[in-house]
Amino acid sequence: MADAAFLALTVITIGSAIAALELRSLIYGSIALMGTLGGIAGFFFLLDSPFVALFQLAVYVGSIAVLILFTVMLVKRELIFKKIEDKRRKFAGIGLMLVVMVTLGAVFLDSGIKTITTDEPPVDFRDIGTDFVTYYWPALILMGLILAGSVTGALVLAKREDVENDQRTS
Amino acid sequence: MTSELVDFTLVSVALLGIGIYGLAVKRNFIRMLFAVEIIINAANLNLVAFGRFLPHSGGQTLALFSIAIAAAEVAVGLSLIIVAYRMYQNIDIADFRSLKG
Repeated sequence: MADAAFLALTVITIGSAIAALELRSLIYGSIALMGTLGGIAGFFFLLDSPFVALFQLAVYVGSIAVLILFTVMLVKRELIFKKIEDKRRKFAGIGLMLVVMVTLGAVFLDSGIKTITTDEPPVDFRDIGTDFVTYYWPALILMGLILAGSVTGALVLAKREDVENDQRTS
Repeated sequence: MTSELVDFTLVSVALLGIGIYGLAVKRNFIRMLFAVEIIINAANLNLVAFGRFLPHSGGQTLALFSIAIAAAEVAVGLSLIIVAYRMYQNIDIADFRSLKG
């Protein structure tokens, strides 16, 4: 049963990742990116990590994907549908992608990873919560500060309208 | 669970390859951000998969940190896109020459 679910999730995740980069419209591309992020959340469910899966759904599919969609909508209509890429560079990029996939795939298939199986029960999400407040608490506080700083910085950056005319190219 | 660790790592390798392709080929700022997101998700998948098969809560904890930091990165990246678009009226990174140091 898990195998069929795994294959379906693989097709959805990889297919929508390619679609996110290759679809002509940026809006459909962002919706396809939501498919990839949702597919990864599905993998987390398969890996018995429902806490991370729900976090992924809430943060990525719920907020980041919507943020991306709104940013895309702020861009001029012709830019949303314009594909900017070089043919020769595209072939080089496909070659690079295949080299990375084949090399890393061969390394993984040749390593001892294939023999790793587990009968252990999944990690309880209470353990993760305990880890957060005991072992990782300085990192948790730092992460909160980074999030607050970056969101404030993003708001300040996006709010600025004092761009000089000579800074514009067109 | 019938899927093995190697299956999950191969999916994450495929996602990493697609992300590298996007970063190498695309010149559209927003599509490059998509590619970065795909690469980060490939890394998260690896973290959780290894955390499941070598039973330890560290994999999931690190994945949670990674997702939160990626959220911050996307917020700043998108606001940079808005500022750059306001300055250049374009989202082609080749146009953002004056951002070079």
